[in-house]
Amino acid sequence: MFDVESIRKDFPILQRTVHGKPLVYLDNAATSQKPLAVIDALVEYYERYNANIHRGLHTLAEEATARYEEVREKVRRFINAPDKASIVFTRNATESMNLVAYAWGRTHIRAGDEIVLTVMEHHSNIVPWQVLAKETGAMLRFVDIDDEGRLRDDWGEMIGEKTRLVALTQMSNALGTINPVREIANAAHRHGALVLVDGAQSVAHMPVDVQDLDCDFLAFSGHKMLGPTGVGVLYVRRSVLDDMTPFLTGGHMISKVSLEETTWNELPWRFEAGTPNIADVIAFGAAIDYLESLGMETVRRHDIELTTYALDVLSQIPNLKLYGPSDPSDRGCAISFNYGELHPHDLGTVLDSYGVAIRAGHHCAQPLMNRLGVPATARASLYVYNRREEIDVLAEGIQEAARFFGDVIEARTRA
Amino acid sequence: MSSKPEPELDELYKELILDHYRRPRNRRSVAEPKAVGEGFNPLCGDEIAVEVHFDGEVMADVGYEGRGCSLSQASGSMMTEAVKGKTVAEARELIDAFTHMMTDPDFQPSDGLGDLEAFAGVAKYPVRVKCATLAWHALLDLLSRRDEAQKKG
Repeated sequence: MFDVESIRKDFPILQRTVHGKPLVYLDNAATSQKPLAVIDALVEYYERYNANIHRGLHTLAEEATARYEEVREKVRRFINAPDKASIVFTRNATESMNLVAYAWGRTHIRAGDEIVLTVMEHHSNIVPWQVLAKETGAMLRFVDIDDEGRLRDDWGEMIGEKTRLVALTQMSNALGTINPVREIANAAHRHGALVLVDGAQSVAHMPVDVQDLDCDFLAFSGHKMLGPTGVGVLYVRRSVLDDMTPFLTGGHMISKVSLEETTWNELPWRFEAGTPNIADVIAFGAAIDYLESLGMETVRRHDIELTTYALDVLSQIPNLKLYGPSDPSDRGCAISFNYGELHPHDLGTVLDSYGVAIRAGHHCAQPLMNRLGVPATARASLYVYNRREEIDVLAEGIQEAARFFGDVIEARTRA
Repeated sequence: MSSKPEPELDELYKELILDHYRRPRNRRSVAEPKAVGEGFNPLCGDEIAVEVHFDGEVMADVGYEGRGCSLSQASGSMMTEAVKGKTVAEARELIDAFTHMMTDPDFQPSDGLGDLEAFAGVAKYPVRVKCATLAWHALLDLLSRRDEAQKKG
């Protein structure tokens, strides 16, 4: 049974006020809030069994190692990966994608090869490939979007014999669009290309099964799914990972070191050089437990229900332009909008004075903003603890901002 | 929710600021020869380009062009009015004074800033300081480029 009111009690931060108003937190696509179970797991680690892992024979080191590796198994199960060795912990999704660009890209991409991306990608799924393309002489190709922010139907024409990698988001952080990853993976594999999925939004909001998607890489972050900051995950298909050389080298990732040479450690530790973020990985395990206790199907249903309500309420505000697909079953719950000529920063400041936290800016997707023809948008993004009343507060806040800036907007629209 | 916006909002968005946002002054090019400078806020994509037509060390005409939020654009408009007719040395003093006002929460208005004091409320909104100072950064950029060009002769 999904009960928002009882979920809210698990999140201490939701009790606080901002500018004297109850906090309405609608910036979940940036980072989610943390339940008490996650905060407690952090405290418990530091109070009870703080020790470095995979070395030292004492009890604390054994306990910490066991708990850290347990989370790897939880992640494996959560995304239905066939093999625990396919799960590499990083700092965030950005680092996961960079790891692919360095450890796979630099040995497999050559001059004349093509990397296919989409115009809706986050900078973290554009810039590493731009750098790689510049170094290797590879070409980047971008799949365009239609008026509702969906990938254009002709995406298949972008993928061909020269394609080595297709890298795309499963759920857009700016438009909410859910992309047909499985179909795209099939097409890419037919041409011998690999597929990287940016799951930073999708893994937090819907069931994601790497075997069903048939992707080769999946990158995501713990902090957008109730976990602490500083933990990212990279899933790599085992046969691909076996063939990848380490990205960062040093301690922990080796099996034997002499002054002349080194043999690498087993997978996945080969890709986790140095002391990892032990405490936050363990607390991330508590976040996965929390989401599993709700059930990802249920989380997705709540998202759709609340997005339906939000799109309905927001579309009734005159002069408010909504971006992204209009069908809630076709999209996630990051909702971008603009109110006439009112700049998102000004809107964001007014909403903040009402306790409403939204994101205003380009959402690390400047190419997408250019494609939409706007410098920035305002974005409200929802999660498990959000309720309808908060959408109402958002809508009232937008209308207050419209009143406050009313004649200003009018004067500038005329000018 | 109260029907009136928070009083702090009126502190931030002073009528003078809104007026310049509504009716920007000097939003145009200046006559050649001119020096140019740019300011860009990577957080939001706001941008401002400033142009100055010099008469010796005097900034005889100042114009700007840009897109962005009310604070960045009003600041551009008010900056051009404030520095027009000033010498480079005087403009640099104004840049320092304005930056000081934006970053010092204990700032006490002095008589040097005039209308620009309307921006004093921004200091309480650290995330908006970049918006208010964007045009001034563009002016600083312009002066640095001019220095470089003069050095090269």
